[in-house]
Amino acid sequence: MMEFDKEVDARNLNCPLPILRCKKGLSDMLGNQTLKIMATDPGSEKDFAAFCKQTGHELLQLDKTENVFTFYIKKRNVA
Amino acid sequence: MAKKLALIASKGSLDWAYPPFILASTAAAMGYEVHIFFTFYGLTLLKKDISDLKVSPLGNPAMPMPIPMPNLAQMLPGMESMATMMMKQKIAKKGVASIEELREACLESGVKLIACQMTVDLFDFKPTDFIDAIKFGGAASFFEFAGESDISLFM
Repeated sequence: MMEFDKEVDARNLNCPLPILRCKKGLSDMLGNQTLKIMATDPGSEKDFAAFCKQTGHELLQLDKTENVFTFYIKKRNVA
Repeated sequence: MAKKLALIASKGSLDWAYPPFILASTAAAMGYEVHIFFTFYGLTLLKKDISDLKVSPLGNPAMPMPIPMPNLAQMLPGMESMATMMMKQKIAKKGVASIEELREACLESGVKLIACQMTVDLFDFKPTDFIDAIKFGGAASFFEFAGESDISLFM
C-alpha cells in the first residue's frame, strides 16, 4: 500500500478534467509530497504520463484495476 | 523558460468551443503560457452568458445522429435546439466538462483571453457584453505573442 498525503477523486470525468483536477490538487501541496488520484478516463494512462514528463512531477506508481487507474504522483521539489 | 501556446478561436458553436478551451486549460496545467485570440464568431465564447451556445446538424454531415436525417429535415424549426439539447445531455452523461467549467479553469490558471477589437466593432458588441478578465487587441498584438510561441493553432 502506497502512502500519500492527499487524495483526489477524478473518476467518471473525461479529458481534460482529470489532468486539471490533478494540477489543482498538486497546487497547494509541498514539494516531495505524494498525491493519490483516481481516474476512469481510458486516455488518462497516457495523459498522466505525459503530464508528469512535461511538468517534472514524478509518477511513482500506477495501479490498474478493471476500469480505474490510480496514480501516485510525487510533487516536484520547488526549491 | 515556460513554453508558449498561441491559439486563434474563430468559431462560436457549442462543439467548436471545446478545442480552444480544452487545449488552453491543459497547456496551462502543464506549465505553458497561453494566449487565445478570439475573432469573428469566436468572440461569442467571451460573453458573460455562454449557456446558450448551440450546435447545428445542418452543414455538419459528420455529426452522429440517432437516426439518419436528410438536410431538408435538419433545417426544420426546432432541429437545432433538439440537437443542442441532445449534445448537452451526452456531455453531462459522459463526464465531459462544460464550456463554462473549462473557461473558468483557463482563467484560474492565467490563460490570457484577447478579443479581436475589429470584430467587436464590426458586430457592434459592447465591452460590457464580455467577461471582465479579457483584453482587446488586433492582429499585430496576436503576432507579438505568437511570434515567440512554440505552438500556434487556428481553430
